[in-house]
Amino acid sequence: MAYKKGDALTARELAAQIPPKERLRRGPVAMVECVEEIPCNPCVEICPQGAISMPGGLNKLPRLDWEKCNGCGVCVSGCPGLAIFMVDLTEGRDRAKVALPYEFIPLPEKGDKVMALDREGNELGPVDVIRVQKGKRLDRTPIVTIAVPRKWALAARSIRRLGR
Amino acid sequence: MAAALHAAGVTTYRRSPQLHRPRGFFCAIGKCSSCLMTVDGVPNVRICITPLREGMKVCSPKGKGQLPEDDPATIWTWPGQYVDKILETEVAIIGAGPAGLSAAVETTRMGAETVVFDENDGIGGQLIKQTHMFFGSKEQHAKVRGIDIVPLLLEQIDDSRAQIMLEATAIGLYADKTLGVVRRQELFGLRAQKIIMASGASENMLAFEHCDLPGVYGAGAVQTLMNVYGLIPGRRVLMVGAGNIGLIVSYQLLQAGVEVVEVIEAAPYIGGYHVHAAKIRRAGVPIHTCHTITKASGQEKVEGAVVAQVDSHWQPIPNTQRELAVDVICLAVGLSPTAELLFQAGCQSCYIPELGGHVAVHDENLETTVKGIYVAGDASGIEEASTAMLEGRLAGLCAAESLGKKAISERKEEILSQLKELRTGPFGEKARKGKEMMRQEACRYGL
Repeated sequence: MAYKKGDALTARELAAQIPPKERLRRGPVAMVECVEEIPCNPCVEICPQGAISMPGGLNKLPRLDWEKCNGCGVCVSGCPGLAIFMVDLTEGRDRAKVALPYEFIPLPEKGDKVMALDREGNELGPVDVIRVQKGKRLDRTPIVTIAVPRKWALAARSIRRLGR
Repeated sequence: MAAALHAAGVTTYRRSPQLHRPRGFFCAIGKCSSCLMTVDGVPNVRICITPLREGMKVCSPKGKGQLPEDDPATIWTWPGQYVDKILETEVAIIGAGPAGLSAAVETTRMGAETVVFDENDGIGGQLIKQTHMFFGSKEQHAKVRGIDIVPLLLEQIDDSRAQIMLEATAIGLYADKTLGVVRRQELFGLRAQKIIMASGASENMLAFEHCDLPGVYGAGAVQTLMNVYGLIPGRRVLMVGAGNIGLIVSYQLLQAGVEVVEVIEAAPYIGGYHVHAAKIRRAGVPIHTCHTITKASGQEKVEGAVVAQVDSHWQPIPNTQRELAVDVICLAVGLSPTAELLFQAGCQSCYIPELGGHVAVHDENLETTVKGIYVAGDASGIEEASTAMLEGRLAGLCAAESLGKKAISERKEEILSQLKELRTGPFGEKARKGKEMMRQEACRYGL
């Protein structure tokens, strides 16, 4: 398990977290990148759809019911490990939306160009910020949604602000 | 005081008595004594936990620091005061961090008159620096940030029965449960029927060339600067240690706009959660396992570091050294329980590496070998803040119960089952093993 050495998750480690194609086609859906057994379960409590369960108890892995998930994004800011992302492949053939938790200031604004980064911090390319959610409900973990080329939908997991 | 000096660019406070090497702070939480200065004529004041007040005269001590008078008889009258009084209370709690405050929640709820001491000028211990959301489940405030837990605990303490004394350092604990306490310039005694030691832990040092240079800071010190005083420790940081603390503090450094050059870890695997590692990896910070630091460079403060790969015996491999230009070396290489007062009081100790080193032998109720003295939180063995809060509640319940307060078996069972749950799973293995060894030690002493 490369992630035990501090590496980013590999495609294989992520495979079970990727929603099935037909579900991705239907609308936004969460991708829970939590593959290690740690004592943590707020995602189960906060999902308004009851889509996340943790069979076996606090130290087990969360399981997302893709059919119940409606892509609302509450878990994106509510996961203490900042390990949940929202992907939306319904934006046309070539585009995708990725919503990610972003706890840095200054917060980008809608319309900004930012650099999309992968799980290792490598630059993918400049992308547009299409939505920024913040507020009391999100408790200082704003959600930034970026529009990315479809091929980056499962790769873009962070952003870096570009100089204005 | 130390934060103000740091903000003013002063990193050397004094010279070591023998070799005249520069000394600044290391732990910044009042534990390591690296930051001693002479304040208003009083030598060896820990300036990291001393609030700055207008008109104070602060200077570097000469040598080991001199008392103002040679005549020992005057020591107690100048410039402070020995108050010839011994206060009385039912429960005394040493430390107002997660464990101590949680203990006070239970003791006051059960009607025990309680005094909580802390040597800091505010409550919360290290919780006030934890800006990340906690793990665990709802019962342990999961998803709540550590900084937001302090008011939640305070709210639950019955203040008609509790007194919280800040800037008060417990300097002695005796088997008859009398404490010596220094509060500002006043020394007094306090006799309690039950004592709960919730004194936390101290940051571990790591030995390498020039590891004593100012700029080599403990992870707790970096958190104190950033999250209490709003100061950045430097511009470029090498993080040593990839346990949860090293990973979380690296993330907080990034949030503060500081560059984390890399995170190194001597073990072949990171000790912290993958999700914490992932947050800094996607921000571009490399993590190198099987790496150690061999040297810090710089004259008056850190200007660089040398790191090297280690072999399976933890020895640096020749020709793998790399030089890094950094101005801060942050050590996140573990914690040791602060339990010295317990040993002074005659509590039996044992050495359990899984719990962080020397710990006081205690039973399932967290009572030590000296009846009526309890230990909770990191002082009982290094774990997470969530377990510290549960242990604090357990010690509080048991202490109050043994005072004859109403029985509480249900709540106790609930706490024990939560503790057990938190210690389940792969990351609970160390604590499980440590606590099992503790159980054996407790049996040996007939607890």
